Amino acid sequence: MSAHASEHGTMNLKLIVWRQAGPNEPGRFETYDAKGITPHHSFLEMLDVVNEDLIKQGKEPIVFDHDCREGICGACSAVVNGVPHGGYKRTTLCQLHMRKFKDGDAIYLEPWRARAFPIIKDLMVDRGALDRLIQAAGWTSAHTGGVPDGNSTPIPKRAADYAMDAAECIGCGACVAACPNGAAMLFAGAKVSQLAELPQGQVEAPERVAAMVQAMAENGFGNCSNHYECEAACPKGIDVKFIARLNREFRKALVLDKVGALKKSAKAE
Amino acid sequence: MRLFSDSIGRKIVMAVTGLIMVLFVVGHLLGNLSIFNGPDGINAYAEKLHQLAPLVWGTRIVVGLSVVLHAVLAVQITLENSAANPTRYAVQRSLKATFSGKTMIWTGLILGAFIVYHLLQFTLRVTPGLVRGQDSLGRFDVFGMVVQQFRIVPIAAIYVVGMIALFLHLKHGIQSTLQTLGWSNETLLPRWGVLGKTLAGILLVGFGAIPLLILAGIAGN
Repeated sequence: MSAHASEHGTMNLKLIVWRQAGPNEPGRFETYDAKGITPHHSFLEMLDVVNEDLIKQGKEPIVFDHDCREGICGACSAVVNGVPHGGYKRTTLCQLHMRKFKDGDAIYLEPWRARAFPIIKDLMVDRGALDRLIQAAGWTSAHTGGVPDGNSTPIPKRAADYAMDAAECIGCGACVAACPNGAAMLFAGAKVSQLAELPQGQVEAPERVAAMVQAMAENGFGNCSNHYECEAACPKGIDVKFIARLNREFRKALVLDKVGALKKSAKAE
Repeated sequence: MRLFSDSIGRKIVMAVTGLIMVLFVVGHLLGNLSIFNGPDGINAYAEKLHQLAPLVWGTRIVVGLSVVLHAVLAVQITLENSAANPTRYAVQRSLKATFSGKTMIWTGLILGAFIVYHLLQFTLRVTPGLVRGQDSLGRFDVFGMVVQQFRIVPIAAIYVVGMIALFLHLKHGIQSTLQTLGWSNETLLPRWGVLGKTLAGILLVGFGAIPLLILAGIAGN
């Protein structure tokens, strides 16, 4: 019975939260008490409780991104005690539950930090740079119109599975936030691998990887030094094998470029 | 697409030059171990090697160029990376990144300084107090020179520090090279990790044994 009772017991936590009024404002850490938190609260629900308290006190609530709250949209984003999404395997912040914490714990909350992700307010950052990578290279040129017949393009099961594993990326940006170099190689690698594996994407694979690498540099992302922090922080378990694939695709495209077989601008169309 | 300016292009250059240097140090260790055969071992080896001038000079040019390219790109990439991640987290916690991975630039700089010293000492032979003699067969006495130097504690210490830097650098570097060249997947990557640590360990023990055993008086008599 005592285990059952503690399961339903509430806890009090100390939050040390990065507060920043706007993109160019100076930020600082503020300490808040999170009282009456149950083990069943999700991390975001815990923040809701704290924010309600702040609103009642007439204070500005903590701004944080969230949307689906079921771990599939990629909106939630905060660094919990130094690790994006809190560091539990395949767990987004919204799916992190307070049962992982103990009464009296102090929790540091910081926004994603990378040059490519400027802070909007508090824990909310602008992840538009990831959208710009997709605009630059995360697509295939395909005829639109009528729905094609099922299986009109045969795709081996192995290729479909591989592409699906890469496509699991929800674009939350934890990989960039976790990377000591602020690089987006796991995000880019997943997209390049997904499309290069499928017949629809193979046609433009060399142009795509060239445009992707260029777009990463233009959007302020860093370079990869194979620490694999991205893979460890990824809430969808995207494997760094996709970065190896990105490197292979780049090498292949480089050879085509050197022999003059690569279309000069992938963005032209 | 450019090999020397695109992010992944420069990674490939880093990987290829790194691989060339790894192959060189493996060969260098195999040659150096002849010191445990006494003066007849390493003096004969050195004389044979220098009779093969095209091999020696070819290696010097290729490895020298690799060192320069690797170092210049490493500094450039490291500066770019710190600019891309200007603000550190208040709480620092790594899930996978290793000490050896995070200190690549520092172990690299230590190795750069070590290489300069090592070349001044045993290739150009201009460091103070160096004994340059000939053995009884009229060959240059590499054995005597190395033993005399490694019996000096600070010099032996420089070599041990250099080899620890090499170990840490390769512990991360070898698997990183293979990942960068794209020869990696979920099965191979852990194996490259084991390969890298093993090879780095063999190089540490092999190279480290030379100054330590000579200093201890076990070898070099």
